[in-house]
Amino acid sequence: MTDTRLEFRNVTKKFQDRLGSGRTIVAVEGVTLSVQDGEVVSLIGPSGCGKSTLLNMASGLSETSGGKVFVDDDEVVSVNEHVSFMLQKDLLLAWRTIRENVEFGLEIHGLPRDERRRRSDDWLARCKIADFADHYPHQLSGGMRQRAALARTLATDPHVLLLDEPFSALDAQTKMILQQDLARTLSEAGKTALFITHDLVEAVALSDRVLVMSQRPGKIIEEIIVDIPGRADPMERRKDPKIGPYVGQLMSLLHVGEAELEPV
Amino acid sequence: MTSAFTPSRIAASLGILVVFLAGWEWGPGALGIKTYLIPPLSSVAAGLMDLFRADNLWFHIWVTTLEVVAGFVMGSLLGVIGGYALGLSVTMEVVLSPYILALQIAPKVAFAPLFVLWFGFGLEPRILIAVLIVFFPVLINVMTAVRNIDPDLINLARSFKASRMQVFWKIQAPASMPPLFAGLRIGATLAVIGVAVGEFAGGNSGVGYLIVLTAGAAETPKVFAAIFVLTVIGMLAYWLVILAENRVLHYMPSREHKGF
Repeated sequence: MTDTRLEFRNVTKKFQDRLGSGRTIVAVEGVTLSVQDGEVVSLIGPSGCGKSTLLNMASGLSETSGGKVFVDDDEVVSVNEHVSFMLQKDLLLAWRTIRENVEFGLEIHGLPRDERRRRSDDWLARCKIADFADHYPHQLSGGMRQRAALARTLATDPHVLLLDEPFSALDAQTKMILQQDLARTLSEAGKTALFITHDLVEAVALSDRVLVMSQRPGKIIEEIIVDIPGRADPMERRKDPKIGPYVGQLMSLLHVGEAELEPV
Repeated sequence: MTSAFTPSRIAASLGILVVFLAGWEWGPGALGIKTYLIPPLSSVAAGLMDLFRADNLWFHIWVTTLEVVAGFVMGSLLGVIGGYALGLSVTMEVVLSPYILALQIAPKVAFAPLFVLWFGFGLEPRILIAVLIVFFPVLINVMTAVRNIDPDLINLARSFKASRMQVFWKIQAPASMPPLFAGLRIGATLAVIGVAVGEFAGGNSGVGYLIVLTAGAAETPKVFAAIFVLTVIGMLAYWLVILAENRVLHYMPSREHKGF
């Protein structure tokens, strides 16, 4: 097994505009990137630059129009069980308890009951929601629900985690606590993650590297290596004086504040 | 969880019942309405007793209940199957929906005499009307529910390599349960209407038949009593659906508040 967990080689994605015209839209173009074992890499860019499209191709839910995606050196041609994703929506199933939700992927993978139970116990505890194992999702706060979603994502022991703005719907303080727990959990488990976010501080605080994408058609225009110690402790990292310059650099790359807000 | 059924609300609800019953008993007399048009409550009660004694009411209740249950079960099953088929397959929906819509818009009760002609004076024509009436709301609710499932939920299951069957049984079927039950509730009340119309159209059994029979003889108290019996059957059917719903959808938020 090599050190590269996830790799995009010259990946392009086009699709037909469904609204009337039927013209071809190039969502992402010529994206090449790789994520090493145990690395956390953030992907930032303007809205609609194709970040989520990249994740869909990495998970095998959507095909590339050109180029290839590899997970553990195997080309992704269909859904890949070594990849697990987590979205802004928790996607918890309302009719299942938190434990049953955490076991959802394991159940589909056909694991025996005892093994499922052992793993869900483990991840419920690590994600600090063991006390709510028998609750239904509607009984939990947004932050707790995202913890459950994280436990479900990790329970199948994926090699690569795809995180698509998982904390963007949470309030600022809950968000910081969950970032802290996520960072520690990823570090302890030695997991590899590709993290999409709009939050520049979040991107810097949580990652080893930050990749910046351009507007559509999305290309990677810059790679920033975050040279701040303690990736497993974003709370401390946030206080580091180097955060400011990194965020400033990202702001200028993304032209934040340079133009009027686009009409929606 | 606090209950919505506070003592004062229950008292208010019972108050309406008392006023209604009192109005029925003494209102027509006070307004000078002939008792053969609107008989007072007491003679309706007497009529009910009469139906039990002289007209073999238990037998007719049994027939009607059987038809309602058969019509409801078959209609719902067809509706559920059709709803999933149309919800899961765009082809099926595009090909079949105009005909299903036509079937829905056609006044099915108008078919009652025809069904009697075809199937005779037995239970079949009544059950058939109930099936046709129950079918549609269940179908529409299930179809819409399947269509409205968050595609990301399906993708989540797919990302774990779920098969189509697993996606159906673990996501689509449970996710469509709340609207399915809403459809069943409507279906339960409609089944009684379908059966009653079928009984009007022909035959010599069922509570609907008793209504035609007694109305023809101007035995108004008995007509009212039979309507009351039909209402009770409908309410029982509705209540059974609610009972099943509360068991199946126990995970839903704030079901504790709901009575009906």
